Amino acid sequence: MADRRLDLAVRLRPYRVLLASRAHAQMQYRTSFVTDILGTVGVGLAEFAEVWVIFHNVDVLGGLDFTAALLVFALSNLAFSLADMFVGHLDQLPRYIRAGQVDAFYVRPLPLLAQLMTSDLSLRRVGRLSVALVALIVALTTADISWSTATVALILLTIVSGTAIFSALFTTAGGLQFFLVDGAEFTNAFTYGGQYAAQQSQQIFPDPLRIFWTFVIPTAFVAYLPAVAILDLPGDPLAPTWLAWCTPLAAALAWALAGLCWRSGTRHYQGAGG
Amino acid sequence: MSSVAPCACPRPCPVKTFWLLVRAGFRRHSTYRLALLAGMTTNSVFGIIRAYILLAALASAGASIGGYDASMAVAFVWWGQALLGTVNLWGFAEVKDRVRTGDIAIDFLRPLDPQLAYLAGDLGRAGINLIGRGIPAILLGALLFDIAWPPSGLSWAAGAVSVLLAVIVAFAGNFVINLLAFWLVEIRGITLLWMITGGLLCGLYLPVPWFPDWLRTVATWSPFPSMLQQPIDILAGRVVGAGIATSLAIQLFWVTALLALGQVVLRAGRRRLEVQGG
Amino acid sequence: MSIIETRDLVRDFKRTRAVDHLTLAVEPGEAVGYIGANGAGKSTTIKMLTGILKPTSGTVRTCGIDPMRDRIGVARRVGVVFGQRSQLWWDLPLRESFGILAAIHRLDPAAAAARTDRLVEQLEMGPQLGTPVRSLSLGQRMRAEIAAALLHTPELLILDEPTIGLDVLSKQRLREFLVAERRERGTTLLLTTHDMGDIERLCDRVLVVDHGRLAFDGTLPGLAATVGAQRMLVIDLAEPSLDLTGVPNTTLVESESGGLRQRLAFDAEATTAAAVLAHVSARHGVRDLTIEEPDIEDVVRRIYAASGRG
Repeated sequence: MADRRLDLAVRLRPYRVLLASRAHAQMQYRTSFVTDILGTVGVGLAEFAEVWVIFHNVDVLGGLDFTAALLVFALSNLAFSLADMFVGHLDQLPRYIRAGQVDAFYVRPLPLLAQLMTSDLSLRRVGRLSVALVALIVALTTADISWSTATVALILLTIVSGTAIFSALFTTAGGLQFFLVDGAEFTNAFTYGGQYAAQQSQQIFPDPLRIFWTFVIPTAFVAYLPAVAILDLPGDPLAPTWLAWCTPLAAALAWALAGLCWRSGTRHYQGAGG
Repeated sequence: MSSVAPCACPRPCPVKTFWLLVRAGFRRHSTYRLALLAGMTTNSVFGIIRAYILLAALASAGASIGGYDASMAVAFVWWGQALLGTVNLWGFAEVKDRVRTGDIAIDFLRPLDPQLAYLAGDLGRAGINLIGRGIPAILLGALLFDIAWPPSGLSWAAGAVSVLLAVIVAFAGNFVINLLAFWLVEIRGITLLWMITGGLLCGLYLPVPWFPDWLRTVATWSPFPSMLQQPIDILAGRVVGAGIATSLAIQLFWVTALLALGQVVLRAGRRRLEVQGG
Repeated sequence: MSIIETRDLVRDFKRTRAVDHLTLAVEPGEAVGYIGANGAGKSTTIKMLTGILKPTSGTVRTCGIDPMRDRIGVARRVGVVFGQRSQLWWDLPLRESFGILAAIHRLDPAAAAARTDRLVEQLEMGPQLGTPVRSLSLGQRMRAEIAAALLHTPELLILDEPTIGLDVLSKQRLREFLVAERRERGTTLLLTTHDMGDIERLCDRVLVVDHGRLAFDGTLPGLAATVGAQRMLVIDLAEPSLDLTGVPNTTLVESESGGLRQRLAFDAEATTAAAVLAHVSARHGVRDLTIEEPDIEDVVRRIYAASGRG
């Protein structure tokens, strides 16, 4: 057992060193680092303001009251900022390609995806992450929740799986960008668009879109389905409450698709030119 | 344009130069066709989601909110997404970079005022974005939703003028922000602040009339609604009649104020450049 | 077993065929210059050797491995430098870049430190270890790139335009280091270059590629013989003299300043610079001399002309 732990430490050492070096580089310019963190706090607050302004005009939106909507907002933003922090730079792939960095990744003895993921660590996203955390705490303390071990487990499972789902979307975006290059912005439609969909009540959407966000791009699993289960609300008639426990399954399927996209992308790679 | 041709200026005519720069900006940005299509796709995804949010809110309220009924609210969303690329809400860094590298000195040597030259380029950029990104987006919106069209020919015309003014307001504001690089080592914080408050107050996410009173007051006294909310309101038919004149007057005020401020700051920057020798 | 082996290798891009049925083999310990015009297929070949590009057809074996199947296996045994692009971390001090690469290659820390020290010493990079890579001069950066590529003591070193843009002194140092490294470890070397000096100092074999095909494979003197590319001896004489005609195996190309400076072209196969010099200095006072190498572009052009292409 001790051996295996040692083995894992050795295996992960390159990634630890890579991430530490990225963190180190960002800390070198302290003022702009702080500015960037405040910037992502601002982005988080602006996102929140949208929810808040709506509930200034209505009491219920898509079957959710303000507290419930806050929980959906918090869960989706938490998962998204975590994914964005660790792998959000995957959708910057064309920039990496142009800089010749992707070529350098190919001649190093580590998996490409792992290298690209650890090539940056956007610590500035802690700003948005903290907005989401505060929202989560407020939502969980003010909402009427019958707490149990299952509730806690579901919340933790949701955060981990939600992060995995968004990471899979970013990875899919990265894989597709080997093909798109000049049209890299296309993938924003389902990365940032998916995030925007995830922080809404599914009930505002007509059936085809609800099916889409549940079974095609599974962003409903990130926040809405678990939130409805946690708060014991009626929820979406198309999606029974027990589906909330299937977020890991949704994450696994999203990752299967992401893996396929990534693999075909790397095989399609044309080189940096020159 | 044929109206430009008979210009009888002795030296290179500024109007002609301006027009050439507009066309150059148009061509420069039209090379990124795939990017235009990609931007339109993303705008449309947001348009679809946001339209359902607003429709759900209206259904929940059981009446119109802030003067918006369902088809107006959908028009608000889709005009916002359609104009997002046309009006440069998120700003640009080109002028800042030229100030930083000292290349701005070259701009001062050119026969056309730098502010006008960059405005020309931005109008060209706006033009191609309107054609390549805005019009397809609004057509898609109309295809998917029951959207309120401008109620009259006057609204169409005033809406077009209002969009033009909105492009200029957004440009003029960003131009001033860029010029702060003459005095500040790092303007990223200010740029971020401008983008975030601007994004919220311009009426991109939700209509300004839906804001709580205090926030609406803040927005009203800022130039941001002139960049998006006001042209949208004319095009969605929420603002009609005499309201149109008031709306355009407010935009005209911000155009004048921000362009004048830009001139003042540009001259101060130029003096600083001359004193310090770049 | 060959360290590099390609058979009928083809790579197509949208409309062009960059590599066209290329078959070649490089044995362990060889130093091979891979030359050709821009767009002849040099970089494309290297990218297929390292697993960056997938071949359209044909086979590649690098260190006996198919790079498409086991890219990581190839990466462990090969060091690559792309002259125009950096593999270092531009915002970190050089020392950290070496540290990260050592971790990436999972080198034993003590061995990595010893290897780094040795490379830093040989390449005289000690003073730059604390400098962020973005602040290094081009010559310093290129030495750092080569050190980085050699950190894991690869069997095969592939250099894509390693001396491009370097000044004479930097080129000189780099070549001396590579000669020493090869003498010490027997590292196989494959390099692309536009500089004939690189080939002369470093390579014992030359491959010329033209439109993705192998147009020449042999020694450098053999190449010169094939295309008749001649070296040039530029002699500055002590006093103005008549044209230096009649020196065996040479042709007078030019005479300047009333015969003070004269250019003699000679065939490296037929005579040596020393013999030419001896002949001239027996009859005239020689003040100074330089040898001009044949221009690589010129050599390539002649090869292309000889093989009936343009």
